[in-house]
Amino acid sequence: MEELKLYTYIAVFSTFALYFAIAWWARAGSTSDFYVAGGGITPLQNGMAIGADWMSAASFISMAGLIAFLGYGGSVFLMGWTGGYVLLAMLLAPYMRKHGKFTVPEFIFDRYYSKTARVVAVACLIIASLTYIIGQMKGVGVAFSRFLEVDYGLGLGIGMFVVWVYAVLGGMKGITYTQIAQYVVMIFAYTIPAIFISFQLTGNPIPQLGLGSTLADGSGIYLLDKLDMVVTDLGFKEYTTANLGGTLNMFAYTISLMIGTAGLPHVIMRFFTVPSVQAARQSAGYALVFIGLLYTVAPAVGAMARLNLMNTIEPTAGENLVYAERPQWFKDWEKTGLLKFEDKNGDGKIQYTSNTTDQTITTINAMTGKEIVVLPNEMVKVDRDIMVLANPAIANLPNWVIALVAAGGLAAALSTAAGLLLAISSSISHDLMKGILTPDLSEKNELLAGRIVMTIAILVAGYLGLNPPGFAAGTVALAFGLAASSIFPALMMGIFSKKMSGTAAIAGMCSGIGITMLYVFQHKGIMFIPGTSFLGDMGPNWFLGISPNAFGCIGALVNFGVAFVVLQITGPAPAHIQQMVENMRLPGDCAAAHDH
Amino acid sequence: MENKETYWSENIRIISICLAIWFVVSFGFGLILVEPLNAIHLGGYKLGFWFAQQGAIYAFLVLIFWYGHKMNELDKKYDEGNK
Repeated sequence: MEELKLYTYIAVFSTFALYFAIAWWARAGSTSDFYVAGGGITPLQNGMAIGADWMSAASFISMAGLIAFLGYGGSVFLMGWTGGYVLLAMLLAPYMRKHGKFTVPEFIFDRYYSKTARVVAVACLIIASLTYIIGQMKGVGVAFSRFLEVDYGLGLGIGMFVVWVYAVLGGMKGITYTQIAQYVVMIFAYTIPAIFISFQLTGNPIPQLGLGSTLADGSGIYLLDKLDMVVTDLGFKEYTTANLGGTLNMFAYTISLMIGTAGLPHVIMRFFTVPSVQAARQSAGYALVFIGLLYTVAPAVGAMARLNLMNTIEPTAGENLVYAERPQWFKDWEKTGLLKFEDKNGDGKIQYTSNTTDQTITTINAMTGKEIVVLPNEMVKVDRDIMVLANPAIANLPNWVIALVAAGGLAAALSTAAGLLLAISSSISHDLMKGILTPDLSEKNELLAGRIVMTIAILVAGYLGLNPPGFAAGTVALAFGLAASSIFPALMMGIFSKKMSGTAAIAGMCSGIGITMLYVFQHKGIMFIPGTSFLGDMGPNWFLGISPNAFGCIGALVNFGVAFVVLQITGPAPAHIQQMVENMRLPGDCAAAHDH
Repeated sequence: MENKETYWSENIRIISICLAIWFVVSFGFGLILVEPLNAIHLGGYKLGFWFAQQGAIYAFLVLIFWYGHKMNELDKKYDEGNK
């Protein structure tokens, strides 16, 4: 245990030292450095930075755990969070880069010639980004308290300080180079344990292939078939076919995540850092290479972690693990409260089943259709977030691998937090202050303002991480719903419809957001306060069975529909705006992203 | 001779092809047709399950790079036409 702690300190603090060194080397000297890293980042570098920017604590820690327990249903996250890059590469990034401005609200202002539109965009951006940051800050606190056994608040404080140093000093420039380093740390931390585990279970070290291979125990059974058998024998749904609320819901969920991804401002901003339209298209490709590396490993991590967990609890059929003989990792996670056991039948052994009642029941095996007897479930809590973090310990991997996972989780959380902080601070210092309130701000003062705003944003994020508001659990749905129903349609119509006018786009944005928020609130509670949901969070009340998390795509449809109706009534955009859109669509030199 | 209109309509045509494939590999093979495809096996993977958790991502990658390649060619043609 002491050895593990030492390794973890070494891994965490050597990566932090690396981030500081990069921050000092890549200090920002101008607003162009601060907002778009001077516009001289190569597509390969940008792709890697987008990978780190995009893959947050949710991708690194939570996603494989979600897949482990949802099985096939978890595919919505895999397709949704990667398919959005196809949309970015073809529908948004190249044209927005051609236009050449610093921020997303600034693009909206130019295209829709309206300060109101700019303010609406700033508001959407801040709400979406702040809700996202809370999750990153919690991830930092949890990683510190679990792996280094320091107080949650102190861990959070250290994380805030590290981000403050390199984000405030370096702006986009410092963040970009730090994100490249963080990507490398993150991908090693994710794939090395996966390679070990895949090799242990199947003899094939490549996780993507291991998942489709036979087990190495000499049985000749495919890993996925074995997993299906093990879980259905305990009354769970079959792993490889378990649905998530029906095909229509999965369809809507996937679309919502795709267009939400394409509409997240902190990701779009990264495309302003490359020198040309061609480089913007290429960055999206490289970004997906680096993201895909983690996302194609994740299903293997999920399935193998589930199988290892099942095998630990029931090594051979009917011979369950005796609680008193449970392994060390089990005890460690029990201490955190994320894993909980209750000996319901008093036999001193652990049963992990689908049966949530206190009595033994008979049910139907989802795969064979035969009747099975299922004992009450005694693993009363298995938090899905522990799967990635506990995975190396469950598989008995060496301590340095566990230490690496801790450093990787921190890299994932810090890199995303930095990107979000920059999106927030630039929208305030550049869009609200320079753009609307104090247009005669000098460049030097704007840079200073950017740094001050970012410091305040870090403090606010830290405060929210320490005292997460009641609605924090539901915020991911809100952030994606917001981006999908407001920002993505506004940007896409701005490029693909020359005639789209400011009035119509604002009407579309407001109704898209409005209906999405209404739907989320009516099922989840107003601002997620329990008891205020007037329709109840239950399947039968859902519109066409679509869950609130999946509603962003309906919001986007409403946005498109309203905008086109209003456009017919109020008339098209003025000629000089249509001219600007035509220019945006053409290739050729684009000036380095500039200001004015 | 390339002009603004043909450049843009060619871009729209390439995007339409890409997005049709994007739709088929993810929503088509991974969701709508998942059950019939699951009858076919790819090693230990059921094919529909493979598309949903692996194949769609590989296809997205090919699409983005192919789009970038086609557009670079088109950009070159447009630049030459306007010299």
